[in-house]
Amino acid sequence: MTAGSDSPAVRIDRYVGQYAERAKGMVASEIRALFAVAARPEIVSLAGGTPYVAALPLDAVGSMVGELVAGQGTQALQYCTAQGDAGLRERICEVMSLEGVQDHPDDVVVTVGSQQALDLLARIFVDPGDVVLAEAPSYVGALGAFSAYQADVVHVPMDDEGLIPEALEQAIAAVAASGRRAKFLYTVPNFHNPAGVTLALSRRHRILDICQRAELLVVEDNPYGLLGFDGDPMRALRADDPEGVVYLGTFSKTFAAGVRVGWAVAPPAIRDKLILAAESAVLCHSSFAQLTVREYLSTQPWREQIKDFRELYRARRDATLDALARLMPPGCGWTEPAGGFYVWLRLPDGVDAKAMLPRAISARVAYVPGTGFYADGSGGQFARLCYAFPDPERIREGIRRLAAVVEGEIELRHDFASGVPSV
Amino acid sequence: MRDELVKLGIDTAVLDADSALLAKLGDYLPSAIFPAIHGSCGEDGSIREVLGLLRIPYVGSIPSACRAAFDKPTAKSLMAAAGVATPTSATLPRETFHDLGASAVVDLIVARLGLPLYVKPSRGGSSLGAGAVRSAADLSAALLSCFAYGEIALIEQFVRGTEVAVGVLDLGDGPHALPAVEIVPGEHGYDYSARYTAGQTEFYVPARLSASAAREVADAALTAHSVLGLRDLSRTDLILDEEGTAYFLEANVSPGMTETSTFPLALEASGHHFGEACLKLIEIAVARGA
Repeated sequence: MTAGSDSPAVRIDRYVGQYAERAKGMVASEIRALFAVAARPEIVSLAGGTPYVAALPLDAVGSMVGELVAGQGTQALQYCTAQGDAGLRERICEVMSLEGVQDHPDDVVVTVGSQQALDLLARIFVDPGDVVLAEAPSYVGALGAFSAYQADVVHVPMDDEGLIPEALEQAIAAVAASGRRAKFLYTVPNFHNPAGVTLALSRRHRILDICQRAELLVVEDNPYGLLGFDGDPMRALRADDPEGVVYLGTFSKTFAAGVRVGWAVAPPAIRDKLILAAESAVLCHSSFAQLTVREYLSTQPWREQIKDFRELYRARRDATLDALARLMPPGCGWTEPAGGFYVWLRLPDGVDAKAMLPRAISARVAYVPGTGFYADGSGGQFARLCYAFPDPERIREGIRRLAAVVEGEIELRHDFASGVPSV
Repeated sequence: MRDELVKLGIDTAVLDADSALLAKLGDYLPSAIFPAIHGSCGEDGSIREVLGLLRIPYVGSIPSACRAAFDKPTAKSLMAAAGVATPTSATLPRETFHDLGASAVVDLIVARLGLPLYVKPSRGGSSLGAGAVRSAADLSAALLSCFAYGEIALIEQFVRGTEVAVGVLDLGDGPHALPAVEIVPGEHGYDYSARYTAGQTEFYVPARLSASAAREVADAALTAHSVLGLRDLSRTDLILDEEGTAYFLEANVSPGMTETSTFPLALEASGHHFGEACLKLIEIAVARGA
């Protein structure tokens, strides 16, 4: 029947044959479309890792920004260096000292959130096919940054105390046995995204020892380290091994995600390459954003604000755990975070969080399916719940809706139990 | 569409169907609405029902026609009664699998309809929850995916052939079929990604059909427009099998208007200016009134 006109194909994208291999995965997806719906106000979104910036003293910050432009506008509205504003880097060192890191401002590179630091690290370390070790599960943004440079991410199992040292040793050995060498270990030691667990103190030296012996660089991503609900901040890995650890920080969770200011602290040789890579990527970062953060840290009670954030998020964590315990059907399990934003929910056997998401959106609750946190697309039995943004009442309502969705999914799976591949 | 209308000097705003819609409509007091939302409220007639209550003129089909078109089994029945072929199918709600035992019902479907099959929610679009089934073992999984998007599954015999989308446009002089757009998806079929990622699917406009086949699909689209009571514009999706029979798959009251959609391609191929055609439809709606 295709014997008539021989019209040429319409090329909606005239460059379709010219994209790089690494752009192959950049396609429209149902999940992204569903998340667009999840932003609607009637939906309780436990999906995005959205900080509750309404808790900031917005009037004071607004005045501060006005004064910044009025008083220092010629600097705030001008180019700066690729390494970042020197005054901000000094302040960053003050912040890191709360976690035992004693670095000089010269070791700091300011980045556009810590996400850009991940991109720059992948840019300078990863050739196509290189191995990067990362926890299982791992932060979706890091997986995206690494996959953009065609890294082969090898996941290392965790338990309730974080990364398992023996599993790390095995993974390093397995990669070596395959004739390859991992370029670095990517880890979120505190209040992990998405798993909610924290690397136990007793394991930290062991992990560093293993990596030192294997000459494996550690990339320590620590966005939530100051948002612990109990006691003082955990000591950073970099505090104990400045030559072997690149530390990534951000003000997205402790101040404002919208300013997009993060940083990397690295051994000198790596730092120099990060600066050059940043220069080629963006020339320099926003002076305005950097000076806004610098002024915030210089003139506002930021330590007290972090305490306020901790209490706010603690109440939301408590509401989440309480609602999960009361409402979720048998067969579910979840982590109990001691800080940060996330609970990692395990669904009953056979229930697939990704397949269930459309039903959840219809029921007006959203989460992130676990598959996004594994480079190989596994993790279907898990879901990440973020409690940072909705208030406790909304959290309880969201989990009530989610529990009903899970119960419906269990029944559906039960109906089709035979002949359905387990997920 | 908004960009094209603005270029033509039309004061245009894009509104979502959310809790702020009614207040915004009260603020804007639009001369007319061009419904462009996909999925349930955009295509099942509900938004148009609301626009009718508000006495705001709108482009496109009235609610009852939307309901008939949006419910695929209903549309298939009406088209079959009008003499247009449509794939043999079964329409089954989730409860049937629960009450009668999924395994037995799945076996019965495969025994009666054979393989391959195509499973989709009875109401929906953009290929969400839809997929081909090539083996009996895959049918349960396909039904599970389908039931994530709706409570009723339409299970059709899979018809191999040339997939075409045929737009129908009525600019006041009666409905005319636009040139058929032939859809040649990549290896994963015409799924969500293939629909909305530029370059993943090849389109041929006009479709590479013989003159008689082109007439057949055009007639089928015009029949759908007429039988379902559609107005102003519609798009009918068909498969032309190797024998030359055009099978009706579904009709859309709110054809996609994005950069990757077939309706704008067909409009341009037929010599219409996309923006001017949209503006004409709006003028018709305004003249028609609420």
